[in-house]
Amino acid sequence: MSFKGVLPGDSSCPGCLLPVALNLVVSSIGKKVVSVVPASCTSVIQGYYPKTAFDFPTINVPFASAAPVAAGVSYALEIRGIKDVVVFAWAGDGGTADIGMAALSGAAERNDNILYIMYDNEAYMNTGIQRSGATPYKAWTTTTPVIGKREAKKDVAKIMIAHGAKYVATASVGFHQDFIAKIRKASSISGFRFIQLHLPCPVGWRFDSEKTVEVAKLAVETGAWILYEYQDGKLRLTGPSAQLIEESRRKPLEEYLLLQGRFSHLTKEDIEQIKKLIKEQWEWIKKMI
Amino acid sequence: MRREALTGNQAVAMAVMYSDVKFVAAYPITPQTSIVEKISYFVEKGLMKAKFVNVESEHSALAMTYGAALGGVRSFTATSSHGLLYMHEWVHWASRSRVPLVMAVVTRTIGPPWNIWPDHSDYMDQRDAGWIMLFAMDAQEAFDMTVQAFRISEDERVFLPVMVGLEGFIVGGTTMSVALPDEESVKEWVGERRQPFVFDGSANITLGNLASPEDTYILHRNIHEDLLRSIEVIKEIEKDYSETFGLPYIGPVETVGEKESSYAVISMGAWSGDLAEAIKQLGRNDVSLYRIRVYRPFPCKELRQALSRKNGIVVFDRSISFGSFGPLYMDVKACLDSEYTNVVNVIGGLGGVDHSLGEYVSVLRKILGEMDREEKLEKQIWMEVSR
Repeated sequence: MSFKGVLPGDSSCPGCLLPVALNLVVSSIGKKVVSVVPASCTSVIQGYYPKTAFDFPTINVPFASAAPVAAGVSYALEIRGIKDVVVFAWAGDGGTADIGMAALSGAAERNDNILYIMYDNEAYMNTGIQRSGATPYKAWTTTTPVIGKREAKKDVAKIMIAHGAKYVATASVGFHQDFIAKIRKASSISGFRFIQLHLPCPVGWRFDSEKTVEVAKLAVETGAWILYEYQDGKLRLTGPSAQLIEESRRKPLEEYLLLQGRFSHLTKEDIEQIKKLIKEQWEWIKKMI
Repeated sequence: MRREALTGNQAVAMAVMYSDVKFVAAYPITPQTSIVEKISYFVEKGLMKAKFVNVESEHSALAMTYGAALGGVRSFTATSSHGLLYMHEWVHWASRSRVPLVMAVVTRTIGPPWNIWPDHSDYMDQRDAGWIMLFAMDAQEAFDMTVQAFRISEDERVFLPVMVGLEGFIVGGTTMSVALPDEESVKEWVGERRQPFVFDGSANITLGNLASPEDTYILHRNIHEDLLRSIEVIKEIEKDYSETFGLPYIGPVETVGEKESSYAVISMGAWSGDLAEAIKQLGRNDVSLYRIRVYRPFPCKELRQALSRKNGIVVFDRSISFGSFGPLYMDVKACLDSEYTNVVNVIGGLGGVDHSLGEYVSVLRKILGEMDREEKLEKQIWMEVSR
């Protein structure tokens, strides 16, 4: 049985690239799939019972449990000797970085045989743009409405690397080929695999719905979001990020920030602080490669 | 039949192995631990061909058990008290997904204060979740009910998860001689895994996406109606089990004493043994004990038959719905016709308090005396405790 992916008629917002990204996942895995989706935008995007826009097996689960349900399915398939199915979790940043973190950590520690994809739109978008652990420094959300987020973004990929996960990668919806290559590589190995996909949200980030690709690309080209993969103890920069170790080759950060209403209140000092956080991230990358 | 000295927890672990369970995920909590220790030993020793996973929380324990059940294998977990409360979200999710699986609940009170002794608070907290809920009074029943639970859960007329309750320590940790049928015949009796749908890549299905209020209403009503009907399936499966293995059939409600007695005492779990003894010591043959073995679906029809023409009913609850009555009392009252006014609720045993036989005798003597004399009754009486 082959699955078509996300069919036309899903209920995502205008300018949302989530269905495109999910289509890339289902079509790039190259095997049959079972997907597990915790509470998130995807719970809504798939559509209304008894219909669905998802042409692939989908298990909807409560917030904190994408990893263990996926692992449970995967163990059952292993027990039954079924080898041609990839079980993947498709979870938002809240369901991963916050409420699902203990469950994710357990799956990574046990090397459960699942592909976990965190689609990172940097806040609780489905409930109305509330701050998550993965919201970046100073970003406006409806629960950081005046000052912006006081803390830096929680780095889940780094936490997964610290678990000794088999495969960890970051990706961007703005760079399809890079994302597809990572999905393919992750699908070809067994054990715990983690991909953090940067997925700009026009509604939550306050930018024009036609600019999603542009914003996604600028995040990478300004060095704010770094594309890499980590396997067998080695980190490797991928896609455009491979050429951006030298700061002078990156586009000015302001190009990325100023497109987004969530950063419209930033002061010069705030921008300097964001630059400092990005620099620290690159310093860590340099140590790892 | 072979007999073995087993605690209630060991009996559950044996039943899980005998029932050909293929997947167990669990998180340790007293007094459930000896079940999962035993199962992990069976698996690591190669006595049980199954996968055992130590998970990071009870929330994940039931989530992963559910995932494995959806993936097509017979799955089991066990927990107690705060663990059960921590997985409560999943207790609902599992039944509302109509996924067959079995969980043992080794009952323990809820804190604070920290206290590991048994009552029924944790178990009763799950009563509205749509599970079939059985309750054992000793290790033999813990074995028999756990084996039957898999058949009930996987019956196509049911397809709901089943919970087997047994009290921590006094059942879970106390050894008795348990009659054990042959392992292979139990495996054969339980049979192949059966489930309504499977997630293994073979079927293109979605479970649990957004639904309208009306569709949700219908799905939830179906659960209720199937749960009500399942009482006949539970009886049928117990009958088949007892005939196959030469064990006595008891039914959803066990009667101890004369069927035609004037007074009824109703209880659930291990302290039913104390109550049976107390009734004997009272020296009255007009009082019978009715022990609830199937709590959900509540055996209304069976109880109404058993309680017809009683002059008075005393319901013992080992948990309390704070600000109201004991849950068992509320269920009994809801089943009875309106002419039953002499129904008294006794609350006791909370936090693991062990009342003496004399205390049971004296509370029963007091209530039955008031009923004999047709005095005005207090609806709720608490057993006295001295520190």
